[in-house]
Amino acid sequence: MSAPSTLSPAAPATDRAPLTKKSLTADHPTWCPGCGDFAVLACYYRALEKLNYPHEKIVTMAGIGCSSRFPYFVNSHGGHYIHGRSLPFSAGISLGRDDLHVFVFGGDGDGFSIGGNHLDHVARKNVRLTYVIMDNFVYGLTKKQTSPTSPIGFKTKTDPTGSFDQPINPMRKLVDSGATFIARSHATQVNHMTEMIMRAAQHDGFSVVEILSECVEFYPGAFDAANPRKGGAFPLIDEKKHDGSPEDANRHDTSDDLAAFRLASELWPGRFGVFYEKKRPTKNQLEADLIARAREKTKGASDLQLLQNTFARMR
Amino acid sequence: MVSPNSAATPGPQGNAGEVRTLNDVVIRLAGNSQDGIQTIGGFLARLAGRSDQEVMTYMTIPSTISGGPSIFQVRMGNGDILSSGDQADFLVAFYQHSYESHLSSLRNGGVLIYDTDHVKPNLDDKRFTAIGVPITGATVEAVGGSSKDKGKNLFVLGLIARVFNLDVEKLAALVKERFGGKTEDIVRNAMLAFDAGYAWPADNIRDCFYRFDKATASASASGRPQVTMDGNTALTYGLITAGVRYGSGYPITPWSTIMEMLRAELPKYGGLFVQAEDELGAISYAIGFSYSGHLAITGSSGPGLSLKMEALGWAVMAEMPLIIINVQRGGPSTGMPTNVEQSDLMQALYGSHGDAPRVVLAPRNVEDCFYIAIEAARLAREYSTPVIILTDMALASRIEAFDEPDLAKIMVPPSLDLSPRPADFKPYPLDRITRHAPPGSRIGSGVYPTVTGLEHDEMGHPTGSPALHTKMTAKRREKFKALAATLPVPEVFGDESGEVLLVGWGSTFGPVREALGRLRQNGTRAAQLHLRHLNPLPQGLEDVFKRYRDVIVVEMNDEGLYGYGQMASLLRARYANPSIRSLTKTDGLTFRVSEIVSGVTQRLTAATA
Ligand SMILES: Cc1ncc(C[n+]2csc(CCOP(=O)(O)OP(=O)(O)O)c2C)c(N)n1
Ligand code: SF4
Ligand SMILES: [Mg+2]
Repeated sequence: MSAPSTLSPAAPATDRAPLTKKSLTADHPTWCPGCGDFAVLACYYRALEKLNYPHEKIVTMAGIGCSSRFPYFVNSHGGHYIHGRSLPFSAGISLGRDDLHVFVFGGDGDGFSIGGNHLDHVARKNVRLTYVIMDNFVYGLTKKQTSPTSPIGFKTKTDPTGSFDQPINPMRKLVDSGATFIARSHATQVNHMTEMIMRAAQHDGFSVVEILSECVEFYPGAFDAANPRKGGAFPLIDEKKHDGSPEDANRHDTSDDLAAFRLASELWPGRFGVFYEKKRPTKNQLEADLIARAREKTKGASDLQLLQNTFARMR
Repeated sequence: MVSPNSAATPGPQGNAGEVRTLNDVVIRLAGNSQDGIQTIGGFLARLAGRSDQEVMTYMTIPSTISGGPSIFQVRMGNGDILSSGDQADFLVAFYQHSYESHLSSLRNGGVLIYDTDHVKPNLDDKRFTAIGVPITGATVEAVGGSSKDKGKNLFVLGLIARVFNLDVEKLAALVKERFGGKTEDIVRNAMLAFDAGYAWPADNIRDCFYRFDKATASASASGRPQVTMDGNTALTYGLITAGVRYGSGYPITPWSTIMEMLRAELPKYGGLFVQAEDELGAISYAIGFSYSGHLAITGSSGPGLSLKMEALGWAVMAEMPLIIINVQRGGPSTGMPTNVEQSDLMQALYGSHGDAPRVVLAPRNVEDCFYIAIEAARLAREYSTPVIILTDMALASRIEAFDEPDLAKIMVPPSLDLSPRPADFKPYPLDRITRHAPPGSRIGSGVYPTVTGLEHDEMGHPTGSPALHTKMTAKRREKFKALAATLPVPEVFGDESGEVLLVGWGSTFGPVREALGRLRQNGTRAAQLHLRHLNPLPQGLEDVFKRYRDVIVVEMNDEGLYGYGQMASLLRARYANPSIRSLTKTDGLTFRVSEIVSGVTQRLTAATA
């Protein structure tokens, strides 16, 4: 008889040598020098060091793309799955094993195009895992085709005169799909990125962070407008503190999906930080409750007795 | 086992008032799907099961939701019942359209029972005994109230119980069990209708009554009671018996009932089943479960299997254990969703991209659905591989009785192996079969594995090495050679050598066995070999094939451009034996015994001419 789910993701390991960048490092990244993805990887190490989960309980998953090579560079259990389908795979891991901490990495094509439907549904189901989308507004691995986030006018090999299909707005899509933690960051803002990944990891539900991560090879300068060192601005979301102060009235209420939707509709380069955060029962919890109710009805019968009773009814 | 030379089905041929003993009978109920004929068909099947009789059913269900013409055919009796019967001995026609469409299925001398409220038969047709009963009117009269003609199925059940001298006590118990969960009214109305049917003075009409030959009723060899269920149910409980607790799917007929049952059952066993957003999502959830350490199941029918193919390729490359059920239906595309076909064989064996070997199994009857699920789970775990179970629409909905399995003996408890792995652990060792280490297991070296769909070295690192791709491709192939070496040569039934060997796979087992009996009765030296392991094939087949002048592969798919069905093509390619020939059909219906007999006879004459 298998034990019912306990819904207790492994607590930080205090009885062992803490996780270090060294213990978390695996193969040397194969990305182009200067690719934004290096910084995302560094922040993931930093977040894991701080979270200090038991090493064997960390799972690093990805689909296919430059960004999705991620798991090879992290020393943890993990997998490199197929293009666009890493979310249902990872949701299976999360639902099968409540003790694990599941992190999924991927690109904009992987997440919003070929995997768009999976993203909507795993988000809606609020499966507990953390999804980091490294958005570079282009297909990197396949060498510069239009991506679902490519802005209108961007010239690619598949739109040599400039793309004209309406790009998606990731934050608006995610609010609509039912994700319960939604944040946005920028690969040049290391502290902010680390903080967002950590908050996402600690959220009990489907958490997603979109990180603008420059493809220096095929879309250089794409995110300069949000990079202070390149003359841009990095405007942060001022989260409501619920302290009753007069200035709090103008702050962003992260539990308000309509406010998040409005915030996501601001002109490029928009804001950074947490757009939306809500406590809603996870599928992990609801399935565990279903199991508990089913088991209550079977009154402690063993698997064998249950099966024998079923066969007796078919005599 | 009954001798293949046993006499052909004796049908009821009565004189008025006489009580005839019979061995087996085929009853076809023809009405509309909302009349509950499936329900009474099910009662008859389970009664046969409880009476240690063999039983086999066949039904057609309209694919439209609002209902429509539908039939349920039960063949029950003593001895081995291998097919649902080519022709009916009894036809119950609820409507004019039922009468008109199904009279041709009634054999000469058969009995037609028709509802005089709805059917105007041609009474000049003296080939049959026609018995008119006001089924609708009598039911309304018996039950009364507002239930209208609801219950006429039970009226007919009562009538059949009277005509065939069935065990009324057992039947009533079945009716009460079925409706017991509902209000008392429903049980009472059901029994009112049943009793009215049973009491109907059918003996006033010129007819005879029947009794099953008790002497030949075979008490089951195991001494265990019989259980009665359809193939999808047998697969479902086979999986649970095998310790499978996790799965994911997307609805499609005729696979859906498996996922519905698993969704309801697995939580009781501490597991869960996810309804995914589509079939590729479903197989991905399932692979995720398997990766997390719980062998998982996904499934679908034809078009849905196609959607899973990319992920199946990943599972082959990453060597992940997984069970995939494909309930075949008529194709391609949406094809004939509620008809049967065996046309997904090539897809099951070779679908996906690259060299992607996997195990493919096919159950031969309902009982085998149960046991093959257990075998699939064992092979998936032992060889760290996806295993496809190819069943079909006919098996999915067919009800059969079989000996209750010894569950205590065969049940496999679910297991999650999180034991620490030694420092020299390799996710893809070249000298051994892969043993996946799920997350949560500590690795002695401190180096954690990445499972991957890229070609990889023994540690799971991506590689572009030509030598490694050759070696790893061989690793993924050789494990199935090792598996093939453990498979026994399939049993040959019939003559040791002779004119013809009938080869089949999947649900054609019963009709082919019956056809063999008739062929041998006619003096043909013939035998049957039935394949359950389609990939890898068992060893030793070439020697068996050589003992027969002709080898005819019987299957429900198209003869293709070159005149051979899918399995026939495969066997010809594998054994380069020109005696291997093909008997196929694509009408979406199960093989009738007579179709096989005449098809084989034709081919044999053509061969000698
Ligand atoms: C089924 C399938 N279709 C297409 C591809 C080819 N492919 C690989 S990655 C990719 C797009 C990558 O873009 P993105 O997801 O944005 O990742 P990036 O490389 O930009 O990080 C494509 C089209 C594939 N591997 N599999
Ligand atoms: S192609 Fe672009 S996304 Fe890919 S590694 Fe190079 S810079 Fe990074
Ligand atoms: Mg991209």
